[in-house]
Amino acid sequence: MTDSANAYLSLAETTGHDDPRWAFGSGFEQQDAAEVASPVPDGVAAADLAAYCLMLGDDALLAGHRLTEWVSNAPELEEEVALANIALDLLGQARVLLARAGHVEGAGRDEDTLAYLRTEAEFRHVALAEQPDDLDFGRCVARLLVFSTWRLALLHRLLGSADPVLAAVAGKGVKEVAYHRDHAARWTLRLGDGTPESHRRMQAALEWVWPFVDELFRPSDEERRLAAAGVAVDPAQVRAEFDAVLHEVLVRATLTRPDRPGIGPVAGRGGRQGLHTEKLGPLLAEMQSVARQHPGATW
Amino acid sequence: MVSAAAARAAAAAVVDPEMPMLTIADLGILREVTERGGAVSVTITPTYSGCPAVDAIRADVRAALAAAGFAAVEVRTVLAPPWSTDWITEDGRRKLAAAGVAPPGPAAPRPAGPVPLTLVPPASAVRCPRCGAADTVELSRFGPTACTALRRCRACAEPFEHVKEL
Repeated sequence: MTDSANAYLSLAETTGHDDPRWAFGSGFEQQDAAEVASPVPDGVAAADLAAYCLMLGDDALLAGHRLTEWVSNAPELEEEVALANIALDLLGQARVLLARAGHVEGAGRDEDTLAYLRTEAEFRHVALAEQPDDLDFGRCVARLLVFSTWRLALLHRLLGSADPVLAAVAGKGVKEVAYHRDHAARWTLRLGDGTPESHRRMQAALEWVWPFVDELFRPSDEERRLAAAGVAVDPAQVRAEFDAVLHEVLVRATLTRPDRPGIGPVAGRGGRQGLHTEKLGPLLAEMQSVARQHPGATW
Repeated sequence: MVSAAAARAAAAAVVDPEMPMLTIADLGILREVTERGGAVSVTITPTYSGCPAVDAIRADVRAALAAAGFAAVEVRTVLAPPWSTDWITEDGRRKLAAAGVAPPGPAAPRPAGPVPLTLVPPASAVRCPRCGAADTVELSRFGPTACTALRRCRACAEPFEHVKEL
């Protein structure tokens, strides 16, 4: 570190093997927030807590990954920066949550192992998070509006979680996801109350996303047990808040709330139980390709 | 005590990699420095969850303390309490403005109930860091770093970064 006043110069230095850099050097350090090693709260099954951290972490990881598909494809440079920043916030939340899941599980899996070496059925996210928008900007906005409205309501309630990691992730995440939600809501307004073509496409995007809404409010067994222990949120409890926010946005945007049935659980199983749509396989194939082709590689 | 003060001073002088006009003490992300028998523990907190500069900051803190003669250095990251732009020091705000970056106003207090939507950008008191005019407009809510937004001054027509209130 000879010239700390110039960030780019110091990044490009060759300073040895023990000098991790975010852009060059030996690779990312593991997420090491002090809270991650906190003990499991009393009266809580470690397996439940690990599963719940995976659920919220996987939601953020996959929704963030979908947003990064817009990098180099966004309609304008500012929007590309916006979507990449939102993805980065979600990735940051995912890293802490996966690290916590790995710590609580106690089997030696770290955040990278969990992100890059699990198979489809081991992921616990909702179907919404994995849906590709096929670079249709209206779909991107609709998915982000639904996702961030739902996640903000969850995080807001997790501020008082008995688990210090969930409370800490919520403490930072509430501010971040509120900003994401405002971004999506303003685009919904602009497109819905814009030209006839933008209105038509925004309405079509809402119709596309709507079948994935109901699952967001369907509690898993783990969530029910953890909510009773003051650790998790029963997602059914945030439906009213979600509906009120969506109503406010859609009315202002001259859009119509879709009337479409949700995709149902299959034999009682959905994303939270590891049963996903056909969209997940190709996503994981891409997201995990480098880690699987070069096991243990750092750079 | 001399040693603890030296450790604190060395850590506090580390600059932020993304906003190099600020030290990590100016930015308010340096939470604690303790020293016992030559072993130093430094506690930092990230600005945003996904802040990509944290690894670089950790490395820079270790290097700065090594240069100050401390061999045993631990750098801890804590998430709670969450960082707020209210933690940027007055000195830091002056340095931001001098570098052409508008400093943040006071962060909004946490609402008691659900977080309200803001569908229309609120009236802003952000002044142009170049000419001081109050007539500025937001160009993009997301700037080149997670902490900043992009604005433009209608008086002098120059674009500038603004550290958004968090």
